[in-house]
Amino acid sequence: MFKSAGVKTLFMTPFCLWAGIFIFVPLLCMIWYGLTNDDEIFTPANLTLAFEPPYFKALLLSIGLALVSTIICLLLAYPLCLILTDKARDLSTAVSLLFILPLWMNSLLLTMAWQTILEKNGIINQVLRYFNLPDVALINTPTAIIIGMVYNFLPYMVLPLYVSLSKIDKRIIEAARDLGASYMQTFWKVILPLSLPGAAGGMTMVFIPALTTFVISALLGGGKLLLIGNVIEQEFIAGYNWHWGAGLSMVLMIFILINMAVTIFFDNSHEEVEEK
Amino acid sequence: MKREIIRLENVAKAFGKLTVLDEIDLTIYENEFITLLGPSGCGKTTMLRIIGGFEQPDSGRVIFDGKDITNLPPNKRPVNTVFQKYSLFSHMNVEENIAFGLKISGMDEGFIRSKINYALKLVNLEGYEKNDVTKLSGGQQQRIAIARAIVNEPKVLLLDEPLSALDLKLRRNMRSELVRINRETGITFVFVTHDQEEALSMSDRIVIMNQGYIQQIGTPEQVYNEPENAFVADFIGDSNIIDGIMVRDKLVRIFGREHACEDTGFPPECPVDVQIRPEDIILGEPTEDSFNGVVKKVVFWGMSYDIIVEADGFDWLVQSTHGREVGEKVSVTFDPYNIQIMSKPQSEDEEAVRDV
Repeated sequence: MFKSAGVKTLFMTPFCLWAGIFIFVPLLCMIWYGLTNDDEIFTPANLTLAFEPPYFKALLLSIGLALVSTIICLLLAYPLCLILTDKARDLSTAVSLLFILPLWMNSLLLTMAWQTILEKNGIINQVLRYFNLPDVALINTPTAIIIGMVYNFLPYMVLPLYVSLSKIDKRIIEAARDLGASYMQTFWKVILPLSLPGAAGGMTMVFIPALTTFVISALLGGGKLLLIGNVIEQEFIAGYNWHWGAGLSMVLMIFILINMAVTIFFDNSHEEVEEK
Repeated sequence: MKREIIRLENVAKAFGKLTVLDEIDLTIYENEFITLLGPSGCGKTTMLRIIGGFEQPDSGRVIFDGKDITNLPPNKRPVNTVFQKYSLFSHMNVEENIAFGLKISGMDEGFIRSKINYALKLVNLEGYEKNDVTKLSGGQQQRIAIARAIVNEPKVLLLDEPLSALDLKLRRNMRSELVRINRETGITFVFVTHDQEEALSMSDRIVIMNQGYIQQIGTPEQVYNEPENAFVADFIGDSNIIDGIMVRDKLVRIFGREHACEDTGFPPECPVDVQIRPEDIILGEPTEDSFNGVVKKVVFWGMSYDIIVEADGFDWLVQSTHGREVGEKVSVTFDPYNIQIMSKPQSEDEEAVRDV
């Protein structure tokens, strides 16, 4: 694209500098802290810490809640995106706005709004009381955290899935119908496999923030339910043990890398080749 | 006697304010190769999609083998479609694509296997079972699309401009391939194209459409030699279409000159369209009682020359194996049996159909 290698290098420089200073150096710092103790001696203790209670419990809970939220997002996003890509009913603008709108608002604000909805004297319980129904305990439960995660991260599932589904040629779906497939058979045999890259991308984009969040669990978990994000935050801010915090972060990164590897696998094995 | 397989009765379809099909009646017979031909926007693809079940007509019925299938979804219809851009399943290999319909209808492995072999042999792609469909050439993809459709043994195969994405040489090859497959399988082919050459060379019958109306139905020879109106004459091949007046049976007046013809049955002094094919015109020496003109333009096409002769203020298109010089004075003559007389459009609708 560029005539000379020199011009290329020139354009690359700002990015390389940026990546070096703000990605590579901090990563090295984290690894340094994660692998050493206060006496600056190398030790794996900060990593194995993740497998001791209560840290292990927090890690398992985080993975569990992140997985559940990701699956719920996926289940909500598929029907939504299928409706959005169905050009016969032109709802796309209205519906997509409705789901993208939360992205424009501060996530802290959104989560606090859910706090007032779910809390003991919150909107849900007040409505229940009006109908003389018993209260439900929602705030400070895993359910509350999942609701918060799904609400915050759903757009990140919708967007890649929508892109992936809208790339599927309408005639391919018609071809499946023409060959005798019912709508459900068409979904399972054609639409789902062709949209897997989008679904995999969306799952990563939901799973990673859900795994690392500490705001949602702090506000909707009430400090009773500790996620790994909260533990790390405490190590850095309250406990002043940067080594432990960095070690736990590194363990978390391993899970994120596994997740990304799975995504890349799906991306490659089912990549939709564009027709000319 | 040919057996009817599909009948469209009064089928009409509009998209918003745009009428795409206007009260179409059409009967399609078993085993025939029928082509829906017309310029883009004439409604031919919509008609095919109505037969396939992808569009619902606003009114009218689709009868298949005596049964009303107007409201059946595509997966319940005994027809299969070959789409313009192949629409193969890119996440499946060749044999998975071909087996798709058979697996849906729950056929057993052995049957599916034999069908795949049969279909690949029919389209000359034996040995391609495991190939990735996205790595095949356009012509190969199109043949897989045909194989994928015919293994389901449809009574009728719908083909939506299947050759338009292929290059010229391949297109010519595929034409005879399609005709061969039509003869070998006995499946009725309903073929949509805007390419008149394709239609003429492949079809048993051609349905010429324009602006939602059927203009003429006939064999390739009929629509070429005896076009029913100026649109058909102009759309199929090249034509000289001249305003004329029918003086009496077998005599027509064009450019103020009376000329013998073979058509009868028009009222005296009736305005008509007169069609003369460019290859039927003979250029000669100007005489007293001929149409005389001057050569305006000559284009060499390899096999023949296209010569434009201006006479009586009209540009005659003449095709000849002999070239002429621009500026040369010539006479334009033609035999009575090469003149085709056509009625002028009667209604506004017909007029709309004609003004393209």
